[in-house]
Amino acid sequence: MTDETWNPKIIAIICNWCSYAGADLAGGARIQYPPDVRAIRVMCTGRVDPLFIMKAFQDGADGMLISGCHFGDCHYLEGNYKCAKRMFLVKNLLKNIGLDDNRLRMTFVSASEGAKWGAVMEDVVKTVKELGPSPIKKYER
Amino acid sequence: MAETKEESRIGVFICHCGTNIAGSLSIEEVKNYAMTLDGVIVADEYQYMCSTPGQSKIIDAIKEHNLNGIVVAACSPRLHEPTFRTATEEGGLNKFRFEMANIRDQNSWVHMHDWEGATEKAKDQVLIAVAKARMLEDLQPKSVPVEHSALVLGGGVGGMQAALDLASAGIKTYLVEKAPPTVGGRMSQLDKTFPTLDCSQCILTPKMVDVGRHPPNIELKTYTEVEKVEGYIGNFTITLRKKGRGVLDPTEALERGIVGGGCNGCGDCAEVCPVIKPNPPFEMGMAPRKAIYIYHPQVMPPLQYTIDFDSCVKCGLCVEACGPEKRAIDLDSVDTFEEIRVGTCILAIGYDYIPIEQKMEWGYKQFDNVITGLEFERLICASGPTGGHLIRPSDGQTPMKVGFVLCAGSRDNTGGVNKPYCSRFCCMYSLKHAHQIMEKIPGAVPYIFYMDIRSFGKMYEEFYYRIQNEGAKFIRGRVANILEDPITKNLIVNAEDTLLGRPVSMEMDMVVLAAAVQPKPEAEKIRQMFGVSKSQDGWLLEAHPKLNPCGTTTAGIYLAGVCQGPKDIPDTVAQAEGAASAASIPIHTGEVQLEPYFAQCMDEICAGCGMCLQQCPYGALDLVEKNGRTVMEVTEAKCKGCGTCGGFCPGGAIKMQHFTSPQICAQIDAFLLKGEDN
Repeated sequence: MTDETWNPKIIAIICNWCSYAGADLAGGARIQYPPDVRAIRVMCTGRVDPLFIMKAFQDGADGMLISGCHFGDCHYLEGNYKCAKRMFLVKNLLKNIGLDDNRLRMTFVSASEGAKWGAVMEDVVKTVKELGPSPIKKYER
Repeated sequence: MAETKEESRIGVFICHCGTNIAGSLSIEEVKNYAMTLDGVIVADEYQYMCSTPGQSKIIDAIKEHNLNGIVVAACSPRLHEPTFRTATEEGGLNKFRFEMANIRDQNSWVHMHDWEGATEKAKDQVLIAVAKARMLEDLQPKSVPVEHSALVLGGGVGGMQAALDLASAGIKTYLVEKAPPTVGGRMSQLDKTFPTLDCSQCILTPKMVDVGRHPPNIELKTYTEVEKVEGYIGNFTITLRKKGRGVLDPTEALERGIVGGGCNGCGDCAEVCPVIKPNPPFEMGMAPRKAIYIYHPQVMPPLQYTIDFDSCVKCGLCVEACGPEKRAIDLDSVDTFEEIRVGTCILAIGYDYIPIEQKMEWGYKQFDNVITGLEFERLICASGPTGGHLIRPSDGQTPMKVGFVLCAGSRDNTGGVNKPYCSRFCCMYSLKHAHQIMEKIPGAVPYIFYMDIRSFGKMYEEFYYRIQNEGAKFIRGRVANILEDPITKNLIVNAEDTLLGRPVSMEMDMVVLAAAVQPKPEAEKIRQMFGVSKSQDGWLLEAHPKLNPCGTTTAGIYLAGVCQGPKDIPDTVAQAEGAASAASIPIHTGEVQLEPYFAQCMDEICAGCGMCLQQCPYGALDLVEKNGRTVMEVTEAKCKGCGTCGGFCPGGAIKMQHFTSPQICAQIDAFLLKGEDN
């Protein structure tokens, strides 16, 4: 049910050292991708409280992306591992409340992977567009 | 939405960045939108916000409108956050009352053909930034003292230069070299250097001697690895593993009470040693080496033997030969550990060559007379295995026709090697090799198979012309394959001459492959220990290619030489000097300011469950008794501000300064609810 006129609301929480830098690099390289994702910068994906994700979905987010450093590359040693572990929990929670857990994704984009950031953006937007608007919005209003 | 203590008075400043931003989205629309936002008192725009007049706009507006929060919508905070924080501070606000909306790198540059989409996104980005700015608090950066010492990892020419510069600047420097028991690195294996044709050892040895002569400022630690890295800029604690070398130097001997003992380099031990094996690291396996050896004649520390315990059979003949006076040999020597404290670190860990035998079509290791550039260096070097006489490995004859295959693995996306980058120094050293052949062997002709000759440096192009004039033959085209005549062991090189547009097949006496370079296998472990990112090709990643080419994203860690990307000796030395200068700044300043993104425990909420303790990778958290309750306490000196504890605390009792949960929730709410209350 892809609707060409509908623009999904997607929030990305991304780490300062890898994914944010990778996103900047994509800019420097003028890699073009759809503009639907809004990024919030944190120092490390370890900062991502599962409640932030639940809060976003409660507010009606159609999709959410958490992006950090590759395993072994974390600026703070292991924040990305800790975050990745939490993702299993949150994905389970989402399924339990009847949301497709593909609306939440965690990716690992390093500071040198501008092209990969572009590809992630394309793919996240495509996935969420295929899933359609978040059902939570429908029930609420 | 959470309550703010004071009324928000926020100024929003939008940068055109020339047409970088203004060419892809409507600044006017974003500005008008910003004015409608809750708490925004003033919205302004300017061509270049980072310029002096741009910054003055911020400073003046803070004073004029009594602002308490600043939002700049411009490039990335990774680029200009420090600039605008300074301006915010100059206006009389705490510099952490500043938030940036990245509408260039993450908007106008990536949505260049979507005016409306980009404008909408920019509006949301400003909205999100304003939401955070409303909740920002005054913070004080934490100042920490810096150790008056530095670590240089890697004893090649780059590492030595960096160490010498640091030491000359009065800084205690630990120069640590892992594999060979000497400093000198790759350069000590070379014969001549381009384009000046200086003898490599002649210009390197003085530096090696200087490194040895610079105590107490340089502490040379060869045959030593980094085991563990802890701490942060100004206060790194590095654990070193000194590998057992089996031989005591005079100082070590004295420590053990052997007066007048220790190795004096006489060589009696090597004479009796029964183990003979090829010398792989230095002579590329082309000369024999005993199990007890001197790496090469000019080693620093000087005249000291080392035992290769991988091949030593512990027969004890060397112990006898060494005699009861010197007692320099200890066959049971073990690795020892040592902790050093340094303020900054320079990584100069060098490079490796790709295993060029993986390109089967060129026949390296299948055909005797196919060698690599580094093997050629040893063969033509007067101190090499042949005393400087270039011979064919198959029969010892002097080669008269020598083929050079450039870009052997470099600039090659095909399977097997996959090194898309230029290795940067192979063109020039191959030209030098061509010159050396024509100089040493009258009548010999070098044939250079190249894609492009990249003679980009100072006097390099002139050197290229000189080699052309001397009679070297250049064939522009990639070598398809190399075949061997099984009787004469001559090589048939099949290539395409792209200038003449026809295939060529030439018989050569010898072929030299200019193999591509690649990061060292241990680079991965080292970079993870030091917290340095890698680029796409695996080289260590600099903080910014132009603005900070020696620094890394981890404060206090700097890069020099090929470990950051292929470069020749002049560039390596230049970067080493740059890295040394950068690394000395915090040391000479004496203190560094850390961003105060520390975790704080809100005692009234903390239930003392202690689950955060396992989350912290730095052991910065502890449970303590306060007013009769168990609560968590943060040791600020250990906390680096990742927020992993704050993301996990089940009670929400941990406040991550500058990235608090209310701030992040406000950002989420702002975008999704657009001011509607939840």
